[in-house]
Order: sequence, then C-alpha cells, then structure tokens
Amino acid sequence: MEAPSSENSVQALGLGMQVRTGEGPLVILDDINFCIAAGSSVALLGASGSGKTTLLGLLAGLDRPSAGRVLVHGRDLEALDEDGRAQLRAENIGFVFQNFQLLHGLTAQENVMLPLELAGVEHPRAQAAEFLARVGLERRLGHYPNQLSGGEQQRCAIARAFAARPTVLIADEPTGNLDAQTGARIIELLFELNRAQGATLIMATHDEALAGHCRERLLLQAGRLV
Amino acid sequence: MRGARSPSSVKLSWRMLWRDWRGGELQMLAAALLIAVTSVTAVGFFVDRVERGLQYQAAELIAADLVLSASKRIRPRFEQQARKRGLRTAHISQFRSVAVAGERLQLVEVKAVSAHYPLRGTLRSATAAYVTDRPAEGIPARGRAWVQPRLLQALGLRVGERFQLGESQFTITRVLTYEPDPGGDLFSVAPRLLINLDDLPATRLIQAGALVNYRLLIAGDAPAVAALRDELALQLRPGETLLGVQDGRPELRAALERAQRFLGLAALISALLAGVAIATAARRFARRHLDTSAILRCLGAGQSLVIRAFSLEMLWLALLASSVGVLGGLLTQSLIARLLEHLLLAELPPPSWRPLLGGYATGVILLLGFALPPLLALRHVPPLRVLRRNATGPDARTWQVYSGVLLAMATLLYWQLGDARLVLYVMAGMLATVGLLGVAARGLILLLGRLRARVGVAWRFGLANIARRPGASVLQIVAFGLAIMVLLLLSSVRDDLLRDWRRSLPPNAPNHFLINVQPDQVAGMRAFFAAQGAGAPQLHPLVRARLTRVNEHPVSSEDYPDERAKHLVTREFNLSWADQPQADNRIVAGHWWTAEEHGRPLLSLESGLAETLGIKLHDTLGFEVNGRRLTFTVSSLRQVEWDSFNVNFFTLVPPGVLDTQPASYITSLYLDATQKRRLGELVKQFPNVTVIDIEAIMNRVRGIMDRVIEAVEFIFLFTLAAGLAVLYAAIQANQDERRYESAVLRTLGARRAVLWRGLVAEFLTLGALSGLLAGLAATALAWVLAEQVFHFDYRFNPRVALIGIVAGMVIVGSAGVLGTRSVLSRPPALSLRQGG
Ligand SMILES: Nc1ncnc2c1ncn2[C@@H]1O[C@H](COP(=O)(O)OP(=O)(O)OP(=O)(O)O)[C@@H](O)[C@H]1O
Ligand SMILES: [Mg+2]
Repeated sequence: MEAPSSENSVQALGLGMQVRTGEGPLVILDDINFCIAAGSSVALLGASGSGKTTLLGLLAGLDRPSAGRVLVHGRDLEALDEDGRAQLRAENIGFVFQNFQLLHGLTAQENVMLPLELAGVEHPRAQAAEFLARVGLERRLGHYPNQLSGGEQQRCAIARAFAARPTVLIADEPTGNLDAQTGARIIELLFELNRAQGATLIMATHDEALAGHCRERLLLQAGRLV
Repeated sequence: MRGARSPSSVKLSWRMLWRDWRGGELQMLAAALLIAVTSVTAVGFFVDRVERGLQYQAAELIAADLVLSASKRIRPRFEQQARKRGLRTAHISQFRSVAVAGERLQLVEVKAVSAHYPLRGTLRSATAAYVTDRPAEGIPARGRAWVQPRLLQALGLRVGERFQLGESQFTITRVLTYEPDPGGDLFSVAPRLLINLDDLPATRLIQAGALVNYRLLIAGDAPAVAALRDELALQLRPGETLLGVQDGRPELRAALERAQRFLGLAALISALLAGVAIATAARRFARRHLDTSAILRCLGAGQSLVIRAFSLEMLWLALLASSVGVLGGLLTQSLIARLLEHLLLAELPPPSWRPLLGGYATGVILLLGFALPPLLALRHVPPLRVLRRNATGPDARTWQVYSGVLLAMATLLYWQLGDARLVLYVMAGMLATVGLLGVAARGLILLLGRLRARVGVAWRFGLANIARRPGASVLQIVAFGLAIMVLLLLSSVRDDLLRDWRRSLPPNAPNHFLINVQPDQVAGMRAFFAAQGAGAPQLHPLVRARLTRVNEHPVSSEDYPDERAKHLVTREFNLSWADQPQADNRIVAGHWWTAEEHGRPLLSLESGLAETLGIKLHDTLGFEVNGRRLTFTVSSLRQVEWDSFNVNFFTLVPPGVLDTQPASYITSLYLDATQKRRLGELVKQFPNVTVIDIEAIMNRVRGIMDRVIEAVEFIFLFTLAAGLAVLYAAIQANQDERRYESAVLRTLGARRAVLWRGLVAEFLTLGALSGLLAGLAATALAWVLAEQVFHFDYRFNPRVALIGIVAGMVIVGSAGVLGTRSVLSRPPALSLRQGG
C-alpha cells in the first residue's frame, strides 16, 4: 500500500461537470478548486441538487469530469485508465453511501470481506470480523443486510469502507437516512476511525452541526464553491 | 501490480459461485444447463448406440460386418488374421450351375455356405412355396438343399423331392424365402439354392476355370473389424475386394440416412432450446448482478478482474453442471436403452465415449456462449451506479458476441450431426423464427396499448405490465413462443411428419418385381393383371449395358479409390428410357428432355451415383450395348427416392435412342396374399418371366422406420423438458421487477385479488400472443422441414395456430400464475427491503 506521498491528499483543479439533457447542456459543477491536506476532515455543504454527490463521485474516480482534474496523493485520476482508477480506489479510497449499498446476497461479514479480498489481503474473514466488532456488529456477522436495521446497515457499510485501511474516506450523507441519535453515533464512529487511521475524511452533509465537527468546510451553491 | 493480483480472481470466482449458489442465483442456470447437457448427452449416447445398432442391422445385408470377396479361393491367412483378432468367420462359395430334375434343366445360382452363416441377420424359410415363413435354424444339412420358390416352379418340384447338381443328388427340405444377403443384382435371373459347403467337393462342379465367387464373412467387435479392414486392405491382390457395411441396398441406405436425420434433428432442437433457456436465465442473472459489479468496481476491482471473476464463475458452473448432466445422460440413456431394447433392436451396442465429450463441450459452450455475453456487459457497468441507480453502461455488443455463439453452436452441431445443410437450415430457421417472433411480438404489444383503455382495472394492470416493459415482454414472448412452437412441433406437426414418412412406404407399395418380360408380352401382361384386378402395371424397358468410357477415358475400377465406386463402375448398368420422369424423381441439375430432344443421345443420371463416380453434368459416358458403343451426354442429375420401392434406374435416356436394341421389360406391383397365390398362373402363362418377391426387404425398411419413430418420440421427451425449462426461465425473467412492483402497489392499497387477476390477465395475454406466433412458426417450420429436408408433401394445417393460442393461454397462463404466486404471498415489506 502506498503511503501518502504528499501533504495534499485530495486536490481539485478547475473541476467542471456538464451533462447533456433533452433541453440542452446542464452545468452541474463549475470550476471547482480546492486542496485538502492529508488527515484532515472536510464537510461538503450545500442544498439538495447543488452537486455534492456528483463532486464526491468525481473525487473517487467513479465518474470523469468534463473539465479539470482530480489529484489523489498527487496522482492525476485523468492520467489513469478505468482499471488504474479501480486500483487506486482499492488501495486508497473508502466510500460510504447515503443508501448503504450493501450486497443483498452476502452476509454482513462477507460484505466487509469484499474490499479485503479485492486487495488480496490474507485472512479477510478474521479482519472483517474485527472491523465489524469495532462498529458494534460483532454479533451480526452472519446476518444478511435485510435482517439489519438502517443504522446497522450503515455501520456495516462503514466497516466495509474502513476495512482496506483507506487513506481517504468519502462519505455521502452517511446519516441522511438515519434518526438523529443513530446518526450522531455513526458520525462519532467516522471521526474515531478518521483519527485512529489518520485517514482524510470528506463528508457531504446538510447538517450544520455535523459540519462543525470538521476541520474545514466547503459550501456548494448551484455547482460552484462559495 | 495487477499481475500480482490475478490469482485472486480464481479464489474470488469460487467465492462468488458459492455465494450466488447459496443466494439462489444460479439454480435456474444450473437447471437449464443440466437439462441441456443431460438431454444432449442422452440423445448423443442413444443416437450413437442406435446408429451403431442400425449399422449393425445394415450389416445383415452382407450377413457380416466385413466381407472379403474373391474370384479365387480365399487365402487361409485372411481367416487366421480375423481369428487372431477374436472375430467370427464363415465361408460362402457362390457360382452358377444347372440343376436337373427329370427332363427339366434350370440355370441356378448355387450358394454353398459353411456353419455359422449368416454371421449377421437370419435366414427365413417355409415348408412350401408362398406360405408363411419363419426364421431358419442353422444351414442345410449334408445332402439337403433350400431353394427359392422360383426353382420349384422351374423344375416342377415340391418340397421333399430331389434334383441333381453336378454329380450329387440333393433333397429339397425347405423353401428359401429370405436371405439377409441376396447380394449383387436383385434382377439376377437364376433362382438361388443353398447347400452345405461340405457337399461342394462331391458335386465336382468346382474345377479349374470355374467362375466362382468366394466370400469370407467376418463379424465381431467394431474396432477389431475396422482394424482388420485396414490390415486386409493392404494385402489385397487383384480379384480380391473388401465389402463393408455401407455397401447395402440403396433402399435401406436411404431409410437409414433419413433415420439419422430425424434423430439428429431431435438432438439439435433440444440443444438450441436449452440455449434459449440459459440465455433467458443469464439475462436475469446479469441484471441482478449490476449492483455487485458496480460495488466491486467502486471497491477497486478492475474491469478485467470483474470479467475474469464472472467468466471463471460461469466456467466452474458449466463444468460442475456438465458433470452432473453427463452422468444424468449416461443413466438416462441406459434407461431408455433398456426400455427400448425389445422394441428397438435385439441388442444395442454399448455406448462409446464420444458423446461424453460432446456433453461437456455442449455444457461449456452453451453456458459460456449464451450466459457470458450478458455477463460481460457487466464490466461496462460504471461504478457511478452506486451513486445513481439508473446509471448503466452501454449494452454489451451482444450481437457480435452472439454471432460468435451461433458459430460455436453450429460447429458443435456439425460435429454432432455431420450434415452442414441440416445445421444451416435449422440455424437459419431458428434465427428467422426468433427474428420474426420478435418483430411480430413488438407489433402485437403496440396493438395491446390501444386496447388498454377499454378494459377493467385488473386487465389494465396486466396489459400495462406487458406494455410497460416492451423489451422484456418481447423477449418473454419470443421465449414462450419458441417453447410452445417446439411443443406444437412435437405434437401435431411431428405426427404429420412421421405419418408422411410412413406414408412414403404405404402398405400397398409395390412388393413384387416382374423382370425379363419380353416386348411382345407387354400387352398380355397388362391384360393378365387387369383381369386380376391388380390394376395396370407400368412396364419399364431396360437394356443392359456396360460403362466403358467417361469423357473418352476408358473406365477401370482402379481409377476409383472408393470401394462402392469400384463395385458400381464394373457392374452392369440397366439403361431405360422414359418420356417423363417418375413421380418420386427430382431433377437437381440440368433439365429433363423436351419432346424435341427425344432420340438424342442424352442421359439422366441418379445424383448419388454421379457423386460416387465423380460424374458431372455435361460429361459424356460411353456404354457398350450389345457389342455396340454408344456415347451419351449427361443432361440431368436426378434425386431418386429409393425407399419408395418403385422401379427406378440409375441411368435413363430419352425415348427413341435405344428402341432398336433388344430390351426386356420390368415392372413393380403390389400383390396381396390372394393375388400372390395366382402367381403360379402367371408363371405358367409367361414361363420366361421372373417374379421377385421383395416383401421381406420392404418389411425390414418398415421395421427400421417404426423403430426410428419410436426412438424419435422418446428423444423428443427431452426436447419437451428443454422447452419447459425455457418456459420456466422466461417466467422467472422479470420476477424481481414484478415482486417489487406488486409490493409497492400493495403498499399503495391494491388488494391482492386485483393484483392476482392482473397477473392472470398478463400471462393469459402473453400466452395467447406467443401461442399464436408459435402456431404460425411451427407450421412454417414443419413445411420447410417437410419440403426441404425430408421431402414429404406437407399440408398446411391452419388449426395449428388455433391450437397454439389455446395451448399458449393454458400453459403460459397456468405456469405463469403458479410460478409468480410467491410474488403475492410474500409480505410486501420483505420485497421492499431487498430493494428493486
Ligand atoms: N446524469 C445526469 N443527468 C442529468 N442531470 C444530472 C445527472 N447527474 C446529476 N444531475 C443533476 O445534477 C444536479 C446535482 O446532483 P447531485 O446528485 O450531485 O446533487 P446533491 O447535491 O447530491 O443533491 P442531494 O443533496 O439531493 O443528494 C442535480 O440537479 C441533478 O439532477
Ligand atoms: Mg446527493
């Protein structure tokens, strides 16, 4: 695994995203520039539809920008091909989704094992169990996602995101689907793991209070940073 | 870096296989595959055994598996070589001589045979002329003779009386009604008699210069026979020839070839149908794995890893399912074989291993071919799908991949069938059918849309379901349609096909040949049969001729490597003339002569013979006819339905060419048991006319037909299973959407009864649409098969379309409702939790 090779862990340079729609081109993101230091935590704020999910997708290399570049640990995502970006994700990036995105055919433990298996880690089963224990799911290892509550599913997803020990953790409204109390515990968990592993945390949220916990904040309005 | 990771794809694929199996994702694929491999292997094994069994039957025609025929005494080393390989042997010495009884003399064909003759097939004999016969045991004892009924007529003898042959006296103990190996020329004039080979020396007939045909009959294990055949072929001297099983009578060859085609077709349809089931199941599998693929990608799996993992998962599944399928096939065929052993063939040879390989090849090719293309498309699923549900990549260049699949299948089928034309027809037929079904289904769905406004809520819901997913509905209708089409083909149309085949040899097909009728007897002969009420037989003239030149090159049997060709080129040709071709002849090249061309030296040649001898249209053939040399130009090639048992000729010329040559006439006619008894009168009135009874050989062709039809019916049961798999897979195809939608609808307050009626409406409509299309397609396909492949007359039966609609509604309606019952019985909360 690569160590963070530069102080800047994630950098956006003139990022733009434009899609073609029936009514002509639609600008979703426009000239986004920022630089996030390694180990930092960033809240990405913005109204619904302001482009948060789109931006996070670009940072993780899940989609390609129509303008500009994303650098992760100084490596330009545009210079990598699909498989290269996948490799980078496997080694450096963890992702937590608003709607969990667990595989329904797999147990909690198997879901967490997936990134470990993909990284070719030895004993993925034991490590997965360990991560699930850290999020308090040690007694739900063999349960399927539809046997878990929303909060439990999200914790399982977080365990999966941390399992491969990413250097960058991206979370898209990780508490959006949860009640306030559960949400608060999830956030705690994220920050705890952020501190313990020294991972950069980038989190989209509507929640001002939550944003307060973060070292930095970025505010998106209609596709622009303000 | 990526290379270092590659081993994990094997592990990953095993895990995926196990997890998908546990999750119930693979069962449908595995079931379809299992049916396919089991049926293809069972069919393969069975066809293989039946084919070899039929081959074995064909061996009866030469009374052995291999015959060494020579004009000099057979060298003992040949027999030793055969014995060394554990093969059985017998001897025949055949020659012409004269039998004497009192004042009467008759040219006879003497067949002196050793113990164990015949090695294949059985002799049949009777206690008097023209009475019921039964299988004979052994061969004539010393001093005894078994004779053809004609000889009794000719010598004025009865069973139990004696005649002189050479220096020996023989007592006639039985009438010979059937020899498996009549051999050579059906039209041979001399009646045959059978004696014990040990009696031969005493007759003193075999002296230097005598024209004797010595035959060594060999039979036993097929590989040993084949090996011996190769060994002997190297040692042959001039005058010695080897005869194999293929060299039987053309009537039987035709029946066997047709039989193989029927069986092959059954295998073909099973395989293709199973492929459809697999493709349908795989499509569902792929759709259910869009998320898996996206999440894998998001978690950092490369495209190539995703492909490798899915491909390997399919490969493991293919190998596992094929192993089970092959075992199942092996078991099934032994069951069928045991079931049919009495009906079919006395004894089926054991299965060979070739079909085993075919089973695995089928499994792997079907699964990788049909299931992989939609799975390969998964690699295009953008990881973005984890953020936006509807983000899917470009659909696989499915068509490219599927054409590869078709090619692979064609290769496999060709390997199985060995008939490129048949493979081509069925593949083209299948593609055209699928294409037309698809287009028609789309049209019908559009029409449905208009109907929607005029029906009740349940029907509106049902019809809306169909119209809302036009793509999926088209696929479903095509799959249902294919399954129903096959079911229809199997029921009504198959009956028509098989009946037509049987009809091609009706009970009153000609069963007697009269030969050697002189030109001045033609009118008298017609009058005789008119008086008997047997109708007016058509008499065909024939002139014997020898082929001497092909395109001005002298003909020699050495020019032909093929034994059949050697045999054919040296035998006597019967040239006949006609102004019209017979009804069962089809011109396949050139044209039949016009009235202006009568009298010109043209010739119409049977296409099979032309192929064997390498003769093409416009070649010239030189014949020696009664010492004169005549040259003809081949002006047409004819395909002849030999198994119709009409009088047919390899070589025909226009009228007015040979009319001055001394000709004799020949006819074939059907005589029932009563008319048969009057044959004596006919022989008295026309003493030179020879009557040949071919009832026995015809019954054997009928026997083969009946057995093959039984085998085909049995094999079609597998096709049925494959058809049901398609139905099942197609019903499962959009189970997920249906489940989710019905859960949402129930949450919105729809009562189960309404949803249930909606499902019924949907499946009844799907069934009616696919049934209608299937009925039309089945009729069209049957017509093509009948006309182009099997050469029957097929009559269009509009009822089939109607049956199709009803069958479709019943089958799809009930199967669909039964298959989707769980959609309504599950609590909606469960369906909603699992997501769409
Ligand atoms: N492929 C696309 N085609 C058309 N419009 C798109 C596409 N992807 C995103 N958009 C639009 O871009 C805008 C930003 O979307 P995005 O999902 O990034 O917003 P968001 O900030 O995450 O909103 P929310 O807080 O509701 O999740 C939205 O208006 C969305 O409709
Ligand atoms: Mg969003």
